[in-house]
Amino acid sequence: MSAPTIQVPAVVPDEERRSAGRVPHAGWRVIAAKELGDHLLSVRFIVLLIILGLAGAIPLYSAADQIKTAAEQVTGLPAVFLFLFTVPSPDIPILRVDFFIGLVAPLLGIAFAFDAVNGERSEGTLPRLLAQPIYRDDVINGKFAAGMAAIGLVLVAVVTLIAAFGIIRLGIVPQDDDILRLTAWVAATFLYVSLWLAFGLLLSVLIRRAATAAIVGFGAWLLVGVFGGLIVTIVNGIFSPAADATIDQQLGSIQIQQFISRLLPSTLYSDISSVLLDPRMVRIGAPATLGQAQQAAQQVQLPGVVLSIDQSLLLVWPQIVVLVGLTVACFAAAYIAFMRQEVRA
Amino acid sequence: MTGVEAPEPAPAERPPIEHPPEPSGPAPVIQTRRLTKKYGTLTAVDRLDLAVYPGEVFGLLGQNGAGKTTTILMLLGLSEPTGGEATVMGLDPAREPREVKRRVGYLPDAVGFYGGLTGRQNLRYTARLNGLRRDEAESAIDEVLDQVGLSDRADGLVETYSRGMRQRLGIADALVKSPDLLILDEPTTSIDPIGVIEILDLLRRLVHGRGLSVMLSSHLLTQVQSVCDRIGIFAAGRLIGIGTVDELAAQFGDGSAVIEVGLELPTPADVERAGSTLRAIDAVESVDPPDSGNGNWRIHVRPAAVEGRVRQDILVAAVQQGLGLTALRPIVPSLDDIYRTAIERPAPPRAGGLKRKSVDRTTHRRRRA
Repeated sequence: MSAPTIQVPAVVPDEERRSAGRVPHAGWRVIAAKELGDHLLSVRFIVLLIILGLAGAIPLYSAADQIKTAAEQVTGLPAVFLFLFTVPSPDIPILRVDFFIGLVAPLLGIAFAFDAVNGERSEGTLPRLLAQPIYRDDVINGKFAAGMAAIGLVLVAVVTLIAAFGIIRLGIVPQDDDILRLTAWVAATFLYVSLWLAFGLLLSVLIRRAATAAIVGFGAWLLVGVFGGLIVTIVNGIFSPAADATIDQQLGSIQIQQFISRLLPSTLYSDISSVLLDPRMVRIGAPATLGQAQQAAQQVQLPGVVLSIDQSLLLVWPQIVVLVGLTVACFAAAYIAFMRQEVRA
Repeated sequence: MTGVEAPEPAPAERPPIEHPPEPSGPAPVIQTRRLTKKYGTLTAVDRLDLAVYPGEVFGLLGQNGAGKTTTILMLLGLSEPTGGEATVMGLDPAREPREVKRRVGYLPDAVGFYGGLTGRQNLRYTARLNGLRRDEAESAIDEVLDQVGLSDRADGLVETYSRGMRQRLGIADALVKSPDLLILDEPTTSIDPIGVIEILDLLRRLVHGRGLSVMLSSHLLTQVQSVCDRIGIFAAGRLIGIGTVDELAAQFGDGSAVIEVGLELPTPADVERAGSTLRAIDAVESVDPPDSGNGNWRIHVRPAAVEGRVRQDILVAAVQQGLGLTALRPIVPSLDDIYRTAIERPAPPRAGGLKRKSVDRTTHRRRRA
């Protein structure tokens, strides 16, 4: 364009004194604080808190006796405390805390983000917001941070309630290792919800109407969380080995199936969740070689083998890295799309 | 404030400016040079050259889609120009948007607020985003709420506000950061007539009270006419005329003038006599009689320059002929007329000489103490 010109301040100099250096440097914090306030007072926050609270309380209540007897019988059982999160309700096996949270987590993420940007647009507040002395990315950063804070609050509240219930009613006191595992699990869940939060944010940038964005988000959740297994099964049917396949071929086919299921973030999360909450999980996924298959068979007969928390983390590290990568990718897409959008709809 | 003239710039290496503003006057608060914005093949703003001076109320007039909002967005750094450059308060909005936005209050077209918050909470958010300290913010909020007349409803939820109240809250929102320049995009659209009068009154008071410079856009001509010192007429992304209403009239008028004459005429014979008398006056081109005997007559005069003499002649003739004269006034050409001629005409060469006339008057007002 044109040659750079040095602009001369043209206005009354006392303006300098009044407003110079006063351009705020952390606009995202102001936005995040306001958004978090909105979240905490919103109906959706309370509804989600109730749903998750019930999801934790019901299986706990019904499984309490089971855990108690199990704990009395097998004193050597590692990490009894974590059973609070993994023991299914005897009548409805789906009501397991870890499983249920894994199922509801995407909704949690989408609920706090699907109307983040398009809501501002439809209310007509976006141009006004962007006309304040902030960077444009402060808006999307602040909203993401507020969503994370709200999610963190929900998760910590629910998990703390469950743990407190376990301690008081069952008299199970968590060991150091239990606490570490639980913390790691909450962090992993937080990461998984953040992925969906970033996805919701992306939808809110790309889709102009909040209702449409919510439905698309809900559809994605159904696809991944509910029908995901079904789709994987169908795809796997195509790759299933012939009846006369060698063992190597069969193992290869299982590998392919596993790869496909790992394209779903829900699989990644359930892998992480199961390993972190159960020190007896020494392996995720199917064996890749005959040797591993034999090992696996032996381990079934060695129930005493348990992993320490760092070994468990090491085991699921690839899954964690992929989740982080997906979250960053979603957020980056939302960020770039938002920065490139025209202010005017 | 202290009457200091524009601060003396370090004379080190000041590049020559292409179109220097009047050397003696204050530097413009808004200046654009060949500012252009294209969306694909559509040119929304086409090589715009514009200057708005301190203390001035400048009106951007044009139909919807003429490029007014796009221009405003570029001035605020909310939209990247395709070509040319803009300077706002001496800053380049494309490079230093935050500094520009710190000093410029903006009322967007169809402004929105968070309905679940009160008016005061909405303003508080804006104040916080502008980095105002808590105590500063509260006093600024009280002040602007008082100025726009919303003090008693400030703690009600915005979703209970009427359209006019929201618009006033929008003006308060633009003022809360104590701006030096106010940019208002369609401030009176979709407001009832009384609300429009209130808002225009408010704007006039603000300009006088705060010494602000104001740029406002509108497609409603009469309103622009009543508050603006100077007006720029936009059509299809181009500025086709700029100046005071009088200057625009001279530039775009068809060379005729209109005088309104009120006559009290009891009989049809009187009406007949009045018509022939008025037509007989020199330089009168045509005479439109009223529908009934006692209405206003419209006298078209050509050339417009002799309008004053024709008025005197009418007065004399009315006295001589014994016509009951009740009113005699020149009709200032309305902006509608100007606008109509302006958009029909191809863009004239830019009239540089017209630009500055009214500014001297307004800058006096600005430099009050």
